[in-house]
Amino acid sequence: MQELPGDLIYTSEHEWLRQEEDGTVTIGITDHAQEALGDLVYVELPEVGQEVVSGGDMAVVESVKAASDVYSPVSGEVTGVNEALADSPESINSDPYGDGWIVRIRPSEEAAGTMTPNDYQEFVDGLDD
Amino acid sequence: MTEPLIFEKSRSGRRAFAQAPAAAMDTAIPGEFLRTDVPLMPEVSEMQVVRHYTRLSQQNFSIDTQFYPLGSCTMKYNPRACNAAALLPGFAGRHPLGPVSHGQGFLACMYDLQEMLKAVTGMMGVSLTPMAGAQGEFAGVAMIRAYHIARDDHERTEIIVPDAAHGTNPATAVMCGCTVRELPTGADGDIDVAALREAVGPKTAGIMLTNPSTLGVFERHIMEVAEIVHDAGGLLYYDGANLNAILGKVRPGDMGFDVIHMNLHKTFSTPHGGGGPGSGAIGVGERLLPFMPVPIVGKTGDGDSTYYDWLTTKDLPQSIGQLSGFMGNAGVLLRAYVYMRMVGKDGMRRIAEFATLNANYIQARLRQGGFELAYPDRRASHEFIVTLKKEAKTLDLTAMDVAKVLLDYGYHAPTTYFPLLVPECLLIEPTETETQDMLDRFCDAMIAIVEAARSGESRHKEAPFSLPVRRLDDVKAARNLDLAYKVVAE
Repeated sequence: MQELPGDLIYTSEHEWLRQEEDGTVTIGITDHAQEALGDLVYVELPEVGQEVVSGGDMAVVESVKAASDVYSPVSGEVTGVNEALADSPESINSDPYGDGWIVRIRPSEEAAGTMTPNDYQEFVDGLDD
Repeated sequence: MTEPLIFEKSRSGRRAFAQAPAAAMDTAIPGEFLRTDVPLMPEVSEMQVVRHYTRLSQQNFSIDTQFYPLGSCTMKYNPRACNAAALLPGFAGRHPLGPVSHGQGFLACMYDLQEMLKAVTGMMGVSLTPMAGAQGEFAGVAMIRAYHIARDDHERTEIIVPDAAHGTNPATAVMCGCTVRELPTGADGDIDVAALREAVGPKTAGIMLTNPSTLGVFERHIMEVAEIVHDAGGLLYYDGANLNAILGKVRPGDMGFDVIHMNLHKTFSTPHGGGGPGSGAIGVGERLLPFMPVPIVGKTGDGDSTYYDWLTTKDLPQSIGQLSGFMGNAGVLLRAYVYMRMVGKDGMRRIAEFATLNANYIQARLRQGGFELAYPDRRASHEFIVTLKKEAKTLDLTAMDVAKVLLDYGYHAPTTYFPLLVPECLLIEPTETETQDMLDRFCDAMIAIVEAARSGESRHKEAPFSLPVRRLDDVKAARNLDLAYKVVAE
């Protein structure tokens, strides 16, 4: 697995969050998640302006194996979505922490239950038997 | 070798007399409605037609030509006697709108089929109308909804579905206007009963279960599960996908299920997959009797005065209604009827025993051969799961690779990557109709595939080599969907 970027925080649903300077958070799925899903062929994104709630459906990622919901790790308003994923969902496979970002949210509260890179690494290692 | 479309072989003026309609047909259709131009059919010779369809049939994998261990699909032999009986002119020529008095033989068969299905499942009523498994599921959950609504219990809209369920279960619940609540599975493959207790409540409409589950194990807490759901006011739905494993041994009605759909095309051996239409007959317990889909075959009198007739919404005013134009797929129902009459009560028990024995035999041999079982502490039902998690990591041999190499060995692949809970999995169901020799050859092939990869071979990444179509790029196919037909040369 690719090394985890140290400036991100992570969730048990295999999402990463980056705190941006303008107060929003950028969210994507982790390298572990993209590897488990396999080659992605479609990403369904929310609308800009849409309100999302923590733990609720936010996006759908579809691979040749399965379709999975992406849950929002925070409540808030969607301020941006990665439109480029419509044409190149494979960015999530090749660059999950960069070009493969999924949404940007202006949170109405602090994200709860997140993990540091080290804790997430341990969490993932624990999943493999 | 790719076979062109038959239209590409067409040459103007060529004729196949065996297939051509008679030139001057004596018909009652008024002249103004008869066409005068030639229909746009391929113009080919009789021999071209024969070769074309024979070649296509040879390029196909089928139960008639290959071992077909497709998990949860019960691809067993379809006895020819069932076809022969269903094609008798009295059945095949019967018009569905013909007078009931002219179709008493057909109705008698359908009535007996209803009775046999009731007996083997322990249910109180059976309706044969659903045309396939998905429609049977729809009928089942629609009846659960109708039951709650008839009691003015409008809040019950939540259907509980274990995470190992067939994808059709949650889809059915949503189609019927319900919401889905997912239930986790324990490490041993059984339902997490504590989580179920938490999940049920005044919103619970019912639970949908497959038993044995799609994990290939029998749900051991089923009586407790039934009690919890019933006490909460919900009903139990039995997905009949795996009925073959318990046929004649345990009855869903005795386990507390209120409704069941049966895939007659699996358990009762009518052709399916690419081979024919299905039948998703449903059975119900007492609570759902008034809501069954119509028509159902009713019987009055006995002996010489026996008379069969269709029961309609006049007889069942609370019925969820009619699901198909007539009586389901009549020819499929007849085949299932003949099959059940041929195997009889004892035969049904033997079906379950041999289906289970065969699965356990392969499971034991593959375990000895070094395969990792998903549920090593459990006896297999009629199917079981191996996981290639280890081989995928160390040998770059995935479940998909094994499936493709098996095609080169002449076997249809088992179900791959389902259930989703188990990584790199193959769900293997041999059915009762295979010989021990066949099972051994399949096990030998499975073991040889892993050994080849272990010895450093990487051909599995490119398999299949022997089929008309080589390894497909399913990622490219999904990303750049192209359905337009392109002409290929003969």
